[in-house]
Amino acid sequence: MTDMSAPANPPFRPSMLIYDRRYRSMTFQVIVFILVMALAWWLVNNTIRNLAALGKDFNFGFLWQRAGYDIPQTPIPYTSDDTHFRAAVVGLLNTLIVSILGCIAATFIGIIAGVARLSNNWLIARLMTVYVEAFRNVPLLLWILIVFAVFTEVMPPPNAFRGDDPSASMILFDHVALTNRYTAIPTLGMTNDPGSLDLGARITFSWATIAFVVVLVAGWIVRRMIGAWAQRVQDQTGSRSTTWWMSLAVMTVPSLLLIWYFGLHMIPPELRGFNFTGGLNVANGLVALWLALTLYTGAFIAEIVRAGILAVSRGQSEAAFALGLRPGRTMNLVILPQALRVIIPPLISQYLNLMKNSSLAIAVGYMDIKGTLGGTTLNQTGRELEAIVLMMGVYLVLSLTISAGMNVFNSRVKLKER
Amino acid sequence: MKTSVFLGSVAAATLMAGAGMADTLADVKARGELNCGVNTGLVGFAAPDANGNWTGFDVDICKAVAAAVLGDPSKVKYVPTTGQTRFTALSSGEVDILARNSTWTFSRDTDLKLDFVGVNYYDGQGFMVRKDLGVTSAKELDGATICIQTGTTTELNLADYFKANNMAYQPVNIDSNAEGEQQYMAGACDAYTTDASGLAATRAAFADPENHIILPEIISKEPLGPAVRHGDSNWGDVARWTLYALIAAEEYGVTSKNIEELSKSSQNPEVQRLLGVTDDLGAMIGLDKDWAKRAILASGNYGEIFAANIGEQTPIGLARGLNAQWTQGGLMYAMPFR
Repeated sequence: MTDMSAPANPPFRPSMLIYDRRYRSMTFQVIVFILVMALAWWLVNNTIRNLAALGKDFNFGFLWQRAGYDIPQTPIPYTSDDTHFRAAVVGLLNTLIVSILGCIAATFIGIIAGVARLSNNWLIARLMTVYVEAFRNVPLLLWILIVFAVFTEVMPPPNAFRGDDPSASMILFDHVALTNRYTAIPTLGMTNDPGSLDLGARITFSWATIAFVVVLVAGWIVRRMIGAWAQRVQDQTGSRSTTWWMSLAVMTVPSLLLIWYFGLHMIPPELRGFNFTGGLNVANGLVALWLALTLYTGAFIAEIVRAGILAVSRGQSEAAFALGLRPGRTMNLVILPQALRVIIPPLISQYLNLMKNSSLAIAVGYMDIKGTLGGTTLNQTGRELEAIVLMMGVYLVLSLTISAGMNVFNSRVKLKER
Repeated sequence: MKTSVFLGSVAAATLMAGAGMADTLADVKARGELNCGVNTGLVGFAAPDANGNWTGFDVDICKAVAAAVLGDPSKVKYVPTTGQTRFTALSSGEVDILARNSTWTFSRDTDLKLDFVGVNYYDGQGFMVRKDLGVTSAKELDGATICIQTGTTTELNLADYFKANNMAYQPVNIDSNAEGEQQYMAGACDAYTTDASGLAATRAAFADPENHIILPEIISKEPLGPAVRHGDSNWGDVARWTLYALIAAEEYGVTSKNIEELSKSSQNPEVQRLLGVTDDLGAMIGLDKDWAKRAILASGNYGEIFAANIGEQTPIGLARGLNAQWTQGGLMYAMPFR
């Protein structure tokens, strides 16, 4: 950087590095750069020296040792005989599950609450203000603990469902049991199981799931084609044909056929021994964490949505009313599409926050990556630095991925300037 | 920005690690206070009372070491640590000695760079259930939901035990004993598992201890003992021989009541050496002549500490069992003071 060719005259003197405006900024940049690098070198060197003095090395070999502990919720098959690496992957998947569920639900709640806060109905607007202020101004950890405590203390234990005259009973036609440990829901069974796609490492995907995904995606594409066709006809003839029954048919009929073909049915949970078995037990830790993350982040999203809507000039809605659009359609067709441009950038940070906040999971015994890699694995192997560095890397990659995805979406909805 | 956060964390980790490398005995003397890592709250072992004073079986070990080194058993700063934070607290230098129901295992002694200085309680892992559950043996727990403190050896023993007996279970991971107690009381788990002594202590704090039973199966060996950092043998010696002094004192009948009298009148050469009447053993570990006498005076000998905190006369009501003196058929055996 310093070897930039100097102008021919006047001849270069060292004092010009400070007194000549052409060089000064470059000089300071070089100095700061050297200082930052020296600090980095000192930190790394200090770490290495201290680790050596403690007799510890920096290596990730522990990831391939037997983990030896069990995890309550395992999206992929996992036993205590598996490696710490697989335990970390299980934790990562648990983090993703709660983050994705949370982002979706928080967006819904946020948009509804944000719009409702601007409602002309005095009561609804005030209620939403109370919701937003209550959740925004109390630490998330407290909300998680409160929700979890409510589940644990209020719901009946599985034991209460036992006997001829149980004190608790299952809801939704004996299909769902709310207990103080988990919510037991039915699983899906198939009389005509097509088997699974084996991805190796004991990870499998049911062909039936793949078939449903393919059919739904194909149905959605066909629906869009129908819409485009209707638009073309309208452009040519001026009259729009009725397409809703076609759209409905493409979206549902193939799925119904698949359900009939696979013989899909529900297997309700059943109390056997200490616990409900046969169904799927969704741990209260997950539900409490999901609910708290959703309501907390939803409150922030509501504010973002409100700000976005207020940012759309009042003339827009007046113009829409003048055209005779009803308030609902005005919101959906005129205001929200324009508000999205203001909403999406701050929404990205809320998604990132939600994902990072999910690391509070251990407070309710939900084993996310902080609970497996950064909790039990770290503790059993004593590899603090490695586990933390790895975890920071994972969160960084997750954050950047969400950011990148949302930026792509943002560039699609933002104002096209030509 | 991300880089600087990363480096900042590394810096924090390294600065803390750096503190651990000095001469701990000199550090403690210079500071005039012993930093002792204890449980966040386990009645009988380490728990603050209504006035905020720490009491308990492990706390008395801290007091004895402080008395031996600093001459005052009250000069201890108690640092509550969870199962997750305890070893980091020790290796980072945040505490000088860890007296927190920690199991002495191979990997902790070697790979985690700790030095266990002895065993102050021979324990084993057990299960506690409600009486009305109708369970009388751990072998009947197939399919049960079990509360377990995360980051402990009990977590691994539990997995091994259920696997060996071909049983299934649903773990509920909790962070501290208090949280486990709350979950268990709310019925969020069928059984609570931890060291049998911890179960007895937890049950003693219940409003209805008679409605809970500790199952007879002990599924592991849990030798609990104080630990210090690896690599500071001198400090390790101080901690180890303070513990032995307490155990030896019980063996020779030296109590906090008769110690003054015995130090003048005892003709037993071992007692004379222990109490610094004849040889100057203290100088060999960097302390003065009366170090062991002060350690015993702090809360009494091993037997007195046991009886006062967790013995049969206390609500916890633990029998001496394996923790009796070797002369009484137990495992408590102090190396000779010579």
